[in-house]
Amino acid sequence: MKNLEELRKLREKAQKEIQLRSKDAKIKVVVGMGTSGIAAGAREVLKAFITEINQKNLTDVMVTQTGEKGMSSMEPIVEIHEEKKPVIIYGDMNPSKVKKVVEEHIVNGKVVEDYLISMEEK
Amino acid sequence: MEALKIHIPDNEQYRELGAYIESVRNMPGPLINVLHRAQGIFGYLPMEVQTFISRELDIPLSTVYGVVTFYNFFSMTPRGKYVVNICMGTACYVKGASKIVDIFKDELGIGEGETTEDNLFTLTTARCFGACGLAPVLMVNEDVYGHVDRKKVVEIIKKYRTLG
Amino acid sequence: MAHRLNVLVCSGASCISNDSLKVKEAMLAEIDRLGLNKEIKVIETGCMGPCQLGPVILVYPDETLYKKVQVEDVREIVEQHFLKGRPVERLMYKSPLTDELVHKSSEVDYFQKQVKIVLANCGNIDPESIEEYIAVGGYEALGKAVTEMTPDTVLNEIKISGLRGRGGGGFPTHMKWMFTKNEKSDEKYVICNADEGDPGAFMDRSVIEGDPHTLIEGMAIAGYVVGASKGYVYVRAEYPLAIERLQKAISQAKDVGFLGEKIFQSDFSFDLEVRVGAGAFVCGEETALIHSIEGKRGTPRPRPPYPSASGVWGKPTVLNNVETYANVRHIILNGGAWMAKIGTETSKGTKVFALSGTIKNTGLAEVPMGTTIRELIYDIGGGAPEGHEIKAVQLGGPSGGCVTPEYFDTPIDYESLTQLGAMMGSGGVIAMDETACMVNTAKFFLDFTCFESCGKCTPCRVGLKQMYGLLDKITKGEGEEGDIEALEKLGNTIKTTALCGLGQTAPNPVLSTIKYFRHEYEEHIHDKKCRALVCKDLISYEIDAEKCKACTLCAQKCPVDAIRGQRGVIHVIEQEKCVSCGSCYDVCPFGAVQRLSGEN
Repeated sequence: MKNLEELRKLREKAQKEIQLRSKDAKIKVVVGMGTSGIAAGAREVLKAFITEINQKNLTDVMVTQTGEKGMSSMEPIVEIHEEKKPVIIYGDMNPSKVKKVVEEHIVNGKVVEDYLISMEEK
Repeated sequence: MEALKIHIPDNEQYRELGAYIESVRNMPGPLINVLHRAQGIFGYLPMEVQTFISRELDIPLSTVYGVVTFYNFFSMTPRGKYVVNICMGTACYVKGASKIVDIFKDELGIGEGETTEDNLFTLTTARCFGACGLAPVLMVNEDVYGHVDRKKVVEIIKKYRTLG
Repeated sequence: MAHRLNVLVCSGASCISNDSLKVKEAMLAEIDRLGLNKEIKVIETGCMGPCQLGPVILVYPDETLYKKVQVEDVREIVEQHFLKGRPVERLMYKSPLTDELVHKSSEVDYFQKQVKIVLANCGNIDPESIEEYIAVGGYEALGKAVTEMTPDTVLNEIKISGLRGRGGGGFPTHMKWMFTKNEKSDEKYVICNADEGDPGAFMDRSVIEGDPHTLIEGMAIAGYVVGASKGYVYVRAEYPLAIERLQKAISQAKDVGFLGEKIFQSDFSFDLEVRVGAGAFVCGEETALIHSIEGKRGTPRPRPPYPSASGVWGKPTVLNNVETYANVRHIILNGGAWMAKIGTETSKGTKVFALSGTIKNTGLAEVPMGTTIRELIYDIGGGAPEGHEIKAVQLGGPSGGCVTPEYFDTPIDYESLTQLGAMMGSGGVIAMDETACMVNTAKFFLDFTCFESCGKCTPCRVGLKQMYGLLDKITKGEGEEGDIEALEKLGNTIKTTALCGLGQTAPNPVLSTIKYFRHEYEEHIHDKKCRALVCKDLISYEIDAEKCKACTLCAQKCPVDAIRGQRGVIHVIEQEKCVSCGSCYDVCPFGAVQRLSGEN
C-alpha cells in the first residue's frame, strides 16, 4: 500500500467487484453470523439456503454472511438484497422458514410477511 | 522437589507441544499461549505437562503452577471430550440458568466440575459468554446454544452422544 | 383551522363491501366521544389500490397505513394512535416489495433513536472480507493520518472530539495518548482491552465479530500517534469466533500492507498480535491485563506508575477498550468537531448498550450520549413484556448499580450515572421486573466478585466475603437488626481501600440496592418476606383447595413426598416436610399451588 491514491483505486476496484458479483447475482442473501446468530441457529439457516438454492439450480442468487445487527432477540436474522428494491429483513429464521422464503420470495418475488421484521430503503 | 523427578515420556503429544514451544520461543511472555496449546493437546494440565513446560521454557515450576491455578480456563483434572459450559451471567441467571445446571446434573449423573465415566462430558459453569440476548446460554466446546430448556438439553446430550 | 391529523378512509368499492363506511361512522363517533373533533378530520377517499387489504385507512401526516380495519378495531386506533400518538402496530401495513408505503425500519423507534457510529458496519459487511471493509471507506482514516497528518494533529482531533474511554471509567482518550506519546522510550505499545467480562455486556464481541478491521485501524492510528510499533489485542477465551475473525483480519491487513513495515510508505511501522485470556474477570483491569499479556498471573498492581509510563514489558503503553478504538477512524474521517456535536456537555459521541433481562427487544443499541434511560429501555428496548413492569435497571454490571423508575429520565452520561450510584461501565443494561429480588440480585453480583477476586488485597478478598455472608444470611431468613448498617459500613470501607478498580466498585450493587430498595432488605430481615418470591427459604407453598382438581400430578413430582391426597381427594402440603423446591408449583396445570412469603 503506497499511498491514499492507491487505496482509493483499491476501493473502487473492491466496490466494482462487489457490484459485479451482485450483478451476476440478482439476489443477495445475507445471514447474520455473530455468536448470537449462530447460537440461535444461523449456521443451519445458512446451510439451508445453500441447499435450497442448489436444489432449485438458482444461479443468480448468492449467499453471504455478516456480523450482528444488535437485534439479538430476533436472531437468526437474514436480509434479502435485490437491486432497486428495499432490503427485506427476516427474523427468527429456521430451515423450514428458509424453504418458504426461497420458494415464495426468491423464486416468486413475494415477501413472506409472517417472518418480516422490517424493510430498509437503500 | 518431587515434581522434578517426573519422567516425561517421548510421545506424539509431547513432540507436538515441544514443536509449538520451539515456534514461540522468541516471543516475549509465551507461557499462557503455551498452556492454551498444551490444554488443547492433552485436554488438561497435569503436573507432568507443567513440569515439561517449566523445563522447556526455563520458567520455575512454581510460576507455571501459579499461573495454571490462577485462571479458570486451565484445569488440572482430566476433562471430557465435550465440555458443557453453562453461562451464569446476569441475564442467564435471571432466566433460570441454575435450573439448566440441575437438568444437566440429572441427565448426566455428575456434579459441577465433574466428568462422566465414559469421559464424554464435563460439566462446568462460566461467567457470561456475551450472548445475553439468547439467555439462558451454554457452550459445548466452542459451539454456543441459546434459549436452552429441558427439551434442548436432552437434544444436545443426544447429539454429542451420537457423535461419540 | 388546520387539523392535527387527517384520516383518509377508503371508500373504494372493495373497501365499502368490507364495511369501510361502518368503520368510518364508528371512527367519527369515537372521535366525538373523546372530543377530538377539532383536531382530527375524517375524509372519505377513492380507491387507494391495495384492495385485498381493505378496509384501508391512511393517517396523515405520519402516513400510517392501516389494513383490514374492523369496527372493533376503531376504538383502539383512536385511543392509542390519535390520542396518545402510538400507532397500532398489529393493524399496520407491511407492504410487499413494490409498494411505496412501507413500514420503513428508519421509522421504527428501535432504529430511529439509534445513531450508528461504532456499529455502522456491524451487520452490513462481511467481517471476513477486507474488500468489503475497503469498499465502505476502510483504512482511509489510517492512510489520511500517516500521510497527511502529524501525530500532533491527529491527537488534536481526538482532543476536539471529546472522546472518553468506553470501557467504564471515561478517562479522556487524548490524555492517555498524550501521556504515552510524551514518554521517551525505544519501544512503546498499544493494547486493546477486549476482555469483556461484565456479565450482560457483549458490544465488544459484536464489534470484533462484525467489523474487526475497524479495531485494527483504530489501534494502528493510536500507534502512529504515540510512536508505538507493536500492539496487542487481549481477547477473552470465551469469544472463540471473535478471536478467529480478528486473526483472519490481521493477516489480511498484513497482506495488503495496512500492518507491517512502512505503512503507506511512511516511516510508520505497526504490527498486531492477539493474546487470548484464560478466564479471569480481574484481567479487565489494566494492570492485571498487562500482567496477563506478559504470561503471568493476572493480578493488579498499585498505580502510579500508570501504563502510559510503565506498561507491558515495563514500556510506555496506551490501553483502551474496543469501542473506544472503534470510534477513532470516524473522528479522523469526519473531524473531531463532528463528534463533539453529538452528545452532552461532558460526554461526546455515542455509547453502545447491551439490553437484556426482562425486556422485549434484547440486543445492542447505539445511542447518542444524553439519551435518557427511559428512551433506551422503553423506546428502543420496548419495555417489559405484557403484564410486567420494570422496577429497576442494573447499569454497569458488577461494578455498577441499579437505577429506579423515578430516575429514568436522567440523560445517560458518565457523570450523571455515577451520581445515581450506578456507572456507565462497559454498557450492560439489565432490566428487572417485580419478579426480581433486589437482595438476591445484590448477592448474585457479590458471589461473582468474590469468586473473581484475585486475592491480592485484603479489603476485596476478605471484605467481599463478609458482605456475601451477610447477604446470604439475609436471603435465608436469618437476617438481624444491624445487618444493613454492617453492609453499608463494609461496602464503603472496601470502596476506599481496595487496590484496584474492580475491588473499589464491587460493593456498588449492594450499596445501590440498599439505597433504592432498603425496604426489601428490611422485609427480608424483619418480616422474613421476599416480595419477589425468589429467596427459597422465605417462601412456602400452599394448595388452594378451590382450584385443586386432585389430579396427583404435584404429589408425583414432589421429591420429598410432602404432598398428601389422592385422586379425588384435595391435596395438602405438609409444611414440615416441604423443602420449597417449587416442583409442585411448576407442574400444577390449574394454578392451584400458591407461593407465599412473610404471611405468617
